[in-house]
Amino acid sequence: MTPLLQVKDVTRRYGARIGCADVSFDLWPGEVMGIVGESGSGKSTLLNCLAGHLPPDEGEVIFDTRDRGPVDTVTMAEPERRMLGRTDWAFVHQNPRDGLRMAVSAGGNVGERLMAVGARNYGAIRTSALDWLGRVEIAADRIDDRPSAFSGGMQQRLQIARNLVTGPRLVFMDEPTGGLDVSVQARLLDLLRGLVRRMGLSAIIVTHDLAVVRLLADRLMVMKSGQVVETGLTDQVLDDPQHGYTQLLVSSVLQV
Amino acid sequence: MALTTAMIEVRDLRKAFRLHNQGGVEIPVMAGAQLDVGRGECVALVGASGAGKSTLMRMIYGNYLADGGAIRVAGLDVVRAAPREILQMRRETLGYVSQFLRVVPRVPTIEVVAEPLLVLGADPQEAEARAAQLLARLAIPERLWSLSPTTFSGGEQQRVNIARGFAHAYPALLLDEPTASLDAKNRETVLCLIEEAKARGAAIVGIFHDEAARARVADREVDVSAFAPAARAEAL
Repeated sequence: MTPLLQVKDVTRRYGARIGCADVSFDLWPGEVMGIVGESGSGKSTLLNCLAGHLPPDEGEVIFDTRDRGPVDTVTMAEPERRMLGRTDWAFVHQNPRDGLRMAVSAGGNVGERLMAVGARNYGAIRTSALDWLGRVEIAADRIDDRPSAFSGGMQQRLQIARNLVTGPRLVFMDEPTGGLDVSVQARLLDLLRGLVRRMGLSAIIVTHDLAVVRLLADRLMVMKSGQVVETGLTDQVLDDPQHGYTQLLVSSVLQV
Repeated sequence: MALTTAMIEVRDLRKAFRLHNQGGVEIPVMAGAQLDVGRGECVALVGASGAGKSTLMRMIYGNYLADGGAIRVAGLDVVRAAPREILQMRRETLGYVSQFLRVVPRVPTIEVVAEPLLVLGADPQEAEARAAQLLARLAIPERLWSLSPTTFSGGEQQRVNIARGFAHAYPALLLDEPTASLDAKNRETVLCLIEEAKARGAAIVGIFHDEAARARVADREVDVSAFAPAARAEAL
């Protein structure tokens, strides 16, 4: 078996300041990797480098493509990388407004991504959109409403439907449950877990919420000042943290 | 080459906790731990509270890191294995019934119990049928099966946890106080589940404060106090 994603020594600087430095890891099919760390630790910079939104200064991000096998997406031609972003990759933004088109109906938001990969039959697109709205628990009679009329939790679920409709193999998520109230978070976690298991997705999830990674991520990476200070199985890192920073992070969580 | 039939093997296992934020103090908790558990055998870990029973169990599961020594579960070297190998071991080979149920809120009890089978690719209907059978045996009323166990009483949560731990026929099992706080009838059910697992060849490591339960299901006792670093130092 080949890793779905091989990250090798990825470094990104902002002038003299380090965004993230020398990050390496392999992600295997079906695995969910969590990245935690405080604000400014470099986790969003890293995610954006991996997802092709930000060019790294150094390093390789090798994705196991369907037709060509492992290819470095950093040096890949722009059109091919864009095509990956519409097909095998998905990106779920913290703010659904960044991942949705607010002036287009819910059904349109889901259908648009299908059309971007060549779907043309209106009936089939609408059927697929309805199916996905159902999977993320948005009532069928809301299909023609715009996302601006939706609650924050519904917008986030719509963003997930829009992203997953093309059957991606790798999903990048930036604080997917941030800004949602706790009951909505639980619903979203349940949804994500089910999708990961049923579709065999791999995912990389950036969050500062340790409870979210414990339930969602198989593996965990802890970042501080742009560096990865600790990696391992999620429960091992949280229950037996080795690095001083991880120990501080874990012991600072308020118990409920 | 030594011929080995043990499903779980522990050799010279060492562990210390380093508290970086409390002056870097190092607390040695285990040294020279040895354990062999064969197929169909149940070994009870004994020793006073704090002696390291749960620590040893967590290291076998890959939840705590070892500082030295070896742990082998069905041939996998847990101390040196890559995360994905440990994940695979946990899916296929080694089950763990901890004292606490940890689940995604909102997931129905029946799915929580069926999940170990679903992740192995079992047919969803067969997985649910197996889950239903276990929940019924453990006296969880059917009207609760569609609800999340997060709202259940402590005893009910524990039984859901046990049902989940026995859903897949793991070749090896770790049981942390499986009969604690159960009534007589449910305790009997759990002991029967353990006996059935032994009969089908599962290697079991258990912690049982319930002495009668231990006497009934355990073939041997291993006193983990012998693995305390101080005890080792005195012996040497």
